Amino acid sequence: MKDLPKPDGLVSMMDHMPPKDKGWMDTPVKIRKGMYCYASNPKSVKYLGLPYPREWSPMDDDWKLPENWKEIISEGFRERLERFRSFKIFMDVCVRCGACADKCHFFIGTGDPKNMPVLRAELLRSVYRNDFTTAGKVLGKFAGAREMTLDVLKEWWYYFFQCTECRRCSVFCPYGIDTAEITIMGRELLNLIGLNIDWIATPVANCYRTGNHLGIQPHAFKDMMDFFVDEIEDITGIRLAPSINKKGADILFITPSGDVFADPGTYTCMGYMMLFHYLKEKFGIDITWSTYASEGGNFGFFTSHETMKRLNAKMYAEAKRLGVKWILGGECGHMWRVIHQYMDTLNGPANFLEEPVSPITGTKFENAKSTKVVHIAEFTSDLIQHDKLDLDISRNDHLKVTFHDSCNPARGMGLLDEPRHVIRNVCEHFYEMPPNTIREQTFCCGSGAGLNAGEDMELRMAGGFPRANAVKYVHEKYGVNMMACICAIDRAAFPDLMSYWVPEVDITGIHELVANALILPGEKERSTDLRSEPLPGMEDEADE
Amino acid sequence: MNVNYIFSLIVVVVLFLLAYVGVEAAGLQVFFGVIIPYLALVIFIVGFFYRVMGWARSTVPFRIPTTCGQQESLPWIKQNKIDNPSTLLHVLVRMALEVLLFRSLFRNSRMELKNSRLSYKLEIWLWLFSLAFHYSFLVVLVRHLRFFLEPVPFIIKQIEVVDGFFRIEFVSEVLTVGLPGIYISGLVLLAAVTFLFLRRIFIPQVRYISLAADYFPLFLIMGIAITGIMMRYFTKVDVVGVKELTLGLATFHPTIPEGVGGLFYVHLFFVSTLFAYFPFSKLMHLGGVFLSPTRNLANNNRAVRHINPWNYPVPVHTYEEYEDEFREKMVGVGLPVEKE
Repeated sequence: MKDLPKPDGLVSMMDHMPPKDKGWMDTPVKIRKGMYCYASNPKSVKYLGLPYPREWSPMDDDWKLPENWKEIISEGFRERLERFRSFKIFMDVCVRCGACADKCHFFIGTGDPKNMPVLRAELLRSVYRNDFTTAGKVLGKFAGAREMTLDVLKEWWYYFFQCTECRRCSVFCPYGIDTAEITIMGRELLNLIGLNIDWIATPVANCYRTGNHLGIQPHAFKDMMDFFVDEIEDITGIRLAPSINKKGADILFITPSGDVFADPGTYTCMGYMMLFHYLKEKFGIDITWSTYASEGGNFGFFTSHETMKRLNAKMYAEAKRLGVKWILGGECGHMWRVIHQYMDTLNGPANFLEEPVSPITGTKFENAKSTKVVHIAEFTSDLIQHDKLDLDISRNDHLKVTFHDSCNPARGMGLLDEPRHVIRNVCEHFYEMPPNTIREQTFCCGSGAGLNAGEDMELRMAGGFPRANAVKYVHEKYGVNMMACICAIDRAAFPDLMSYWVPEVDITGIHELVANALILPGEKERSTDLRSEPLPGMEDEADE
Repeated sequence: MNVNYIFSLIVVVVLFLLAYVGVEAAGLQVFFGVIIPYLALVIFIVGFFYRVMGWARSTVPFRIPTTCGQQESLPWIKQNKIDNPSTLLHVLVRMALEVLLFRSLFRNSRMELKNSRLSYKLEIWLWLFSLAFHYSFLVVLVRHLRFFLEPVPFIIKQIEVVDGFFRIEFVSEVLTVGLPGIYISGLVLLAAVTFLFLRRIFIPQVRYISLAADYFPLFLIMGIAITGIMMRYFTKVDVVGVKELTLGLATFHPTIPEGVGGLFYVHLFFVSTLFAYFPFSKLMHLGGVFLSPTRNLANNNRAVRHINPWNYPVPVHTYEEYEDEFREKMVGVGLPVEKE
């Protein structure tokens, strides 16, 4: 953190002119402090049974690679070309028109030409042409081919961990080439020879063992829930009794563990608990949490398809064990990419569950009838539409809210208007950021896909710059002081980003806003919001 | 000086000389007029088929559309059916707009950073010239079918009429000049291909990412357009002779007519080279655009299960193993367990 340049200094480093004298193939990678994450801890790699666990450091010359690493990479490449049509097509059809270049938050924020999505992909393509295409074999460099070397490998590692798999470039590509897919493959290949980052490897190992990324064991999970129960009692006078690991509950609720653990996600977590309490009191609906499946996120997705499947399997297994009707998923980004686009294929079919129907409104969630997982924004939007929630939205009057579309729900699902519908119904003051920065064109927080570590802070602040810039715009124009989001990594990453670029703006989940407004049956008159900050007009009471 | 485009330019110049000298000096009309075109066509067809089959052989394990609008969900939330398709019909519309109108490219914008403030400007030129390039090329191609069909079908004649709407005539007492009807398509093609080349040279980022393989087809197509325009408007090629040759090719009775000059053979050689080069190059985006899994699949993932043909079982950490490790702690805080 202390080496991090000041915001003005960082902006002045954003020179988007590529070097004139040398082509990118002749410019070897320079791994720079502040821009990369530490290498994976061998203990975590070993716990998962993934290949080649060892101590190594990106800054060392010797990465202690297995002797036949080139073979492993080449064989892995071939296998993935056969398994993934996406990969093969994306290797072949790019015309290098450059439309993707200035769409990437990392290119905008760093100016590093190899952060242009097209070049990130060319890092793989150049080797692909050399090893797998006729033109590459015959014409070599003139066809854009180059041999796999240690330098190329290091370049792969550096730049595939400078991509957050946000898919923004894919929106603009005339062939839909998706850099997330490229990065996923690149990281899979790197993992074949034990080259992961620890901010991914250790959460994955934790999740495998304890059910969540943070390694929270079941009793500690219960302790945290108890702490929230106390907090909520202080604020509302109501003592909650959340269901945990409860067999025979109606619905299983799964959300990222980050929200159980750190502010401001904790307030969103309290929001969920209050909503579920309300539904239990009013309608007798029992929604249970699980400690075994206590993680919605899936850092396995940032490791390999196989690791993603191994972690994701817990969701259906736990739903089956508890005998619930269907699964409700919390606010999270990549969790929803996995649930929406992968889960049913990986671990389905979930025939033991029912097609999801809201027990309160009778609404059939037709769009989730096979996977049987409903997004909580869909669920709450439905409750609001049917007027099932008692709301006092003046309790959010001190907030001027904007909404950040998280990359994965936006571009890997299309969940855009459900959260907006919720927000507009629980608070008075809502302002959109400029159109080029929201919905399908939303900018990443700069810390997704496992990059929200501490040691790569410069990368994160640079990558988050386009988002922060749009926030600053609505802050200056409308006085926005709160950004809502539906992603736990957002909630973990944005406070750092905001304090760096726009310190006046705070971060919230939408269910914190919902719970602020939600009137629990029998509650006392609230004097503070969930953050224990005084409500408008209640400043005196809150001091007591 | 950029070695990538110089190299490509030199290759195209060499190709020009090969055909021109080959025909004019060495009398290789049969080689350049019959053997090469047939060979190129065979390479194109076999190569194209082979590449597409190669893609088709690879599986689509997951349904991964890039969603560019609101999903289908609740009745009060309006779905964007084109950019977030949920049925086959929606997908067909999305693909049609993508293939016929380059919808994604139309979204293009240009980022500007000034005084620590980012803005995104409208950037329409790449889309416009790409569209102009592809459509003019298509018209030129269709127009050329007149050389391979006898009688010339009505539809092709109509296309020629529309395409050749403009005429330049100079009439005076001394001199009367009438150029043949000017085909807009040829000029637009040349203008568009020149634009695509110039942006590669003048936009520093695009120059940085450009390979020799990006310049080569541009020069080749420029060569095709220029030789075509030369023959039609300036050197006035013997069209009857040309048609004799092309019709011969089309009917598999190849003949070499008298009086068709080297320039025509250069034109034909360039076209042949383009066809033969096609399957080995990025030009295969013509086929690939239809198969891109981020565009040609419906976003109905949670409603209809997608099957991965190679889905295999993986080691998982079961609940039993989990409870075995943490049972005491769970019991300690009153969490329910399976085995007491």
